[in-house]
Amino acid sequence: MSKITGAHMIIKCLKQEGVGVIFGYPGGKVIPLYDALYDSDIFHILVRHEQAAAHAADAYARATGKTGVCIATSGPGGTNLVTGIANAYMDSVPIVAFTGQVSTVEIGTDAFQEADITGITAPITKHNYLVKDIKDLPSIIKEAFYIASTGRPGPVLIDVPVDISTGLIDEKAEGEIDLPGYKPTYKGNQKQIKQAAKKIYESKKPVIFSGGGVISSGASEILTSFAEKAKIPVITSLLGMGSFPEHSPLALNMAGMHGTRYANTAFTQSDLIIAVGARFDDRVTGKVSGFAPEAEVIHIDIDPAEIGKIIKTAIPVVGNAKDVLTDLNKRYFEMDNAKSIDRKKEWVAHLMELKEKFPLMYDKKSPNLKPAYIVEKIYEHTEGKAIICTEVGQNQMWAAQFYKFTQPRTFISSGGLGTMGFGLPAAIGAKAGRPDKTVIDIAGDGSIQMVSQELATAVSNRLPIKIMLLNNGYLGMVRQWQELFFKKRYSHTCIRECVDFVKLAEAYGGVGLRVTDKKDVDSAIKEALETDNVVLVDFWIESEENVYPMVAPGAPISEMLEWEY
Amino acid sequence: MNHIISVLVENKAGVLAKISGLFSRRGFNIDSLAVGTTEDKSISRITIVVQADQRGIEQVVKQLYKLINVLKIQELDPANIVERELVLIKVATDSKNRAEILEIVNIFRANIVDVAKKSLLIEITGTSTKVDALRELLDPYGILELTRTGKIASTRGSKKKI
Ligand SMILES: Cc1ncc(C[n+]2csc(CCOP(=O)(O)OP(=O)(O)O)c2C)c(N)n1
Ligand SMILES: [Mg+2]
Repeated sequence: MSKITGAHMIIKCLKQEGVGVIFGYPGGKVIPLYDALYDSDIFHILVRHEQAAAHAADAYARATGKTGVCIATSGPGGTNLVTGIANAYMDSVPIVAFTGQVSTVEIGTDAFQEADITGITAPITKHNYLVKDIKDLPSIIKEAFYIASTGRPGPVLIDVPVDISTGLIDEKAEGEIDLPGYKPTYKGNQKQIKQAAKKIYESKKPVIFSGGGVISSGASEILTSFAEKAKIPVITSLLGMGSFPEHSPLALNMAGMHGTRYANTAFTQSDLIIAVGARFDDRVTGKVSGFAPEAEVIHIDIDPAEIGKIIKTAIPVVGNAKDVLTDLNKRYFEMDNAKSIDRKKEWVAHLMELKEKFPLMYDKKSPNLKPAYIVEKIYEHTEGKAIICTEVGQNQMWAAQFYKFTQPRTFISSGGLGTMGFGLPAAIGAKAGRPDKTVIDIAGDGSIQMVSQELATAVSNRLPIKIMLLNNGYLGMVRQWQELFFKKRYSHTCIRECVDFVKLAEAYGGVGLRVTDKKDVDSAIKEALETDNVVLVDFWIESEENVYPMVAPGAPISEMLEWEY
Repeated sequence: MNHIISVLVENKAGVLAKISGLFSRRGFNIDSLAVGTTEDKSISRITIVVQADQRGIEQVVKQLYKLINVLKIQELDPANIVERELVLIKVATDSKNRAEILEIVNIFRANIVDVAKKSLLIEITGTSTKVDALRELLDPYGILELTRTGKIASTRGSKKKI
């Protein structure tokens, strides 16, 4: 019986799981793992901070549908992963994180670089493991990938003490999944689905609310064909963007705090919400008691805990969005679709009118450099086919509002956690997973400074991502709140002119371009897209531009601050 | 309102921490928690008394189910269970009141498990109401120490419900 080290076993298991790319950073307690990696053909991307490894793995998963993998050493390596793991948890993204740990005999002694990472990450992982016996290693890895990618996806962490990775195990040892308490429901209850179909059929003012679960379960196609055939308008959550093509007349785009007027009105006036893979985040609902006062809710979700958590549900359907929608689709069209469309005709016409009357707006005639204009131009130049990652803040909302998403897995943004500094490492992860795609980070000047060291990762790994920096010299979203709700007292939100971002890009071996005039937008975007290198375009946008519409925090979504039309 | 939930879990390291962590993270208060292995040593039963409204208890149960090592959960109907708690009460005594205390102990069918010069250690098993009643009666003598196991419960009848 020939034996291999635990580290080699980890690599072997990763290969069995089909892992091609890993994001990570070495350190004392993972040297054995990195040593095993040295002989392997798995592509390892060395980040410059572990947080970026977790974000990159997260975006890799969102872009490809595969499970992302990251590695960090014990102690500070693991704690640096925490933000990235929390981000993946909030947005239900499958990643498996490996951390090194002090040896099993040292655990609990405050040994050098010891941190209780399974304790720390328990509330932000779907599950985690501390490997205590090398014999368990293959099974733990197999279970970790299974748990991360099935049911409601999420991050799983495996903490590997160094004596486990240096210990020996039978080369042929195979893992097996033994999870008696874990049985995610995929197929929806047929009786409920039938009831749901009937309810939709009878409704006069229905609206579909499509969330991130539609994308992760691969249900975009069936959702789109259902909505188009039944002629039911579709609102997307931030993470649901791309699940329904935004050029469709039925697309009402995003609802919520910075949602469209027509989407928020649709929720408010609807008699039936068909929520699919969405969790009614407070950024969507606004004041819950004022949310959709007339609507009954059909809630389709793979996680039973989401149903009824925020909003009262008339018909719950627990199951995978794709399976449930497929069944629902079948049931629904057993009924007379023409009659149903007729019943909803007035409603749809009303919404189309609102859409026409209250489009997303910005001052198009202004000679100033407007962020919305830049995003529209990025859309034009990429023909809507790029993968768009975002940072957090105004940049994120402008990207969501003004780029037209038509394909799933093309909008990658930190929704639940709202993590500044997500976009750049996310672009790296997405590009690593989809080298065939143009990958763009629509960035803010504040956010990118949380992770700007990752320019080195992108350049040195030849991942020619494009950073479109909407540089307003402010922590803009916070400034906007200060302007609107704190009497313009801009406490610690002005960050203007400290950094020369062009030089920064150049310092890392990338290309930096600066645009201060509207007329140069086209040429700069074109040059960025045509350059085979990491390019950062520093757009000096109008500094006090606000994101509208806006629902004030705590207000119902029917009350919107907005453009004077 | 108080709810008793009985949770069967895989008897693995870290499971209890994950369960108690979930309660604090989701903002629920645990009144008592008792853990022990079941007839199957690889499975433990955790009996938890939690305060929550109906919506809250539904969330607790659903969130608990999401923990990978949780096998089964049952909210116990107080009308249909036998619930017990074991409590040790150390009460101050002197030669004058010792007889009085012994009488109370007898009435409650509790046991004296240790006798010292200035104290008695009393063991009582029963429902929380019974335990509380005894405690109230002993209070005037001076309770020096009180230790409770937390509530455990089993459903009535021969059917294995959980
Ligand atoms: C890690 C982190 N810290 C703080 C915040 C709070 N926050 C939300 S938006 C924002 C401003 C972001 O500034 P910038 O990246 O320049 O984007 P802008 O809004 O100007 O487009 C801040 C500080 C956050 N979301 N994440
Ligand atoms: Mg900014």
